[in-house]
Amino acid sequence: MFSLITKTLRMAKCKFADAFKEEREKSGIGKMDDQGDPVVMLLNHKDVRKAAHNYKVFSSEAVPGRIVVPSEVNIRTTRQIPFEVDPPMHKEYRSLLEAWFKRPLQDTYEEKLTTIISTVLDDVLSKDKVDVVSDLALVIQSRALTLLLNVPFDKSVKWISWGTHVFRSEGEALDGDKAAILYNYIDEEIDNAIANPADNLYSTLLAAEVNGKKLTKEEVKGVLILTFAGGRDTVINALTNMMSYFSANKKALDYIRSKPEIIKTAVEEFIRYFSPLTHMGRVVTEDTTVCEHAVKADSRISLCWASANRDEKVFENPDEVILERKVNPHVGFGFSHHNCLGATHARQIMRITLKLLAEKVSDITVLEAEENIENLGEFTRKVGYNSLKATFKKR
Amino acid sequence: MAKITFITSSNEKITVAATEGSVMELAVNNNVQGIDGDCGGVCSCATCHVFVAPEDVDKVGVASEIETDMLELADDANEYSRLCCQIPVTDAIDNVVFTVAK
Repeated sequence: MFSLITKTLRMAKCKFADAFKEEREKSGIGKMDDQGDPVVMLLNHKDVRKAAHNYKVFSSEAVPGRIVVPSEVNIRTTRQIPFEVDPPMHKEYRSLLEAWFKRPLQDTYEEKLTTIISTVLDDVLSKDKVDVVSDLALVIQSRALTLLLNVPFDKSVKWISWGTHVFRSEGEALDGDKAAILYNYIDEEIDNAIANPADNLYSTLLAAEVNGKKLTKEEVKGVLILTFAGGRDTVINALTNMMSYFSANKKALDYIRSKPEIIKTAVEEFIRYFSPLTHMGRVVTEDTTVCEHAVKADSRISLCWASANRDEKVFENPDEVILERKVNPHVGFGFSHHNCLGATHARQIMRITLKLLAEKVSDITVLEAEENIENLGEFTRKVGYNSLKATFKKR
Repeated sequence: MAKITFITSSNEKITVAATEGSVMELAVNNNVQGIDGDCGGVCSCATCHVFVAPEDVDKVGVASEIETDMLELADDANEYSRLCCQIPVTDAIDNVVFTVAK
């Protein structure tokens, strides 16, 4: 009996409910306030994809920070690039970055990433008990970022020391002082790269040209803020949530070990199910309707990836994790022009972590969980954990 | 065994053969330029867009509703468009020609 109760509790702690089901089926939209600048959330898969594609009516090129929910207009003036730029200029920036952000597919990159993740897992396995967020996910994310930027491994020490909170908002309003830690750091690193050019992302961007003009320091900073902030919480949540899944599904690690060819579909399924980024905003450029609901010019909508990813009109058994889901048109990395620039890096982190977990770990058991719950107007959504204490057993 | 030809946007012709997997995997394994297959073949990323030669449409078959929805929002899609992660390699598609979308 006791073991049944603990098992039930463990399962509950590791569950990620669909926060939007009722409203998605009823009206297709949700509403939330955000620091006095309300947001109409699109909840259907089809509406989300169409709006993401229609950049002329649903623009990303508003005042810097406004398309982010919660809005960052009060804490940031630098435009994130290419994220807050519409086509056709968006494509100019994106083409410039594409090759650099596809480097994770190179063999040497993959080997180095494997070493990083393997070292962290060995360290975790040597301890009686760990916090998955701070001892595993944060460390892998930070060390892996040194590869994406191609900077010395030691740089990750500082990023780890920032914890998850430099990037994470608590409550509705954002903390400008915390954001400044990152922005000042990037300013310093750009100045270092100007003084001492190297084969890293800073120097590559400083030497790059768009439409025959060198990128300004402000543009370089815009790309770097995106690279640092966009891949922080998202990667940490994806890794942590995946670990919690294995605590609730004890046979899954053995199964993946016996069928490693399913790792790619499994990772896509985790991205769909966990949707590490709940939604992203756009600013409406003309009076229009979304899902038969009128929205005014200069108001905000959001593309709710998390809701679209549970849309029963698209996904069979949407609330189940099906590791071998073959057709999985999820929007966990966004959709259309602005799909995630760091997706190649993120997919490699997830695929390699899963492969090594199946090889090295026989059991993960969650002991204590402090959930990270987002308040989104009428909705509350679990996006991950602030802390997840667990034991890892060696195979 | 099916023999398949890819024509890339730089007009390079690559003919390869296989017995299993998807056309996307075949292209990625042979470094066909323009086929990325980022999502590993689950119809989520649209980085494996090809045009089927008109005379081969019957052999290749039609797209599912999910694939059609995906293609509807691809900028240069036409009636011959397919996401080749959704096309299995079988004898039925022997000698088919795919042109890689830009």
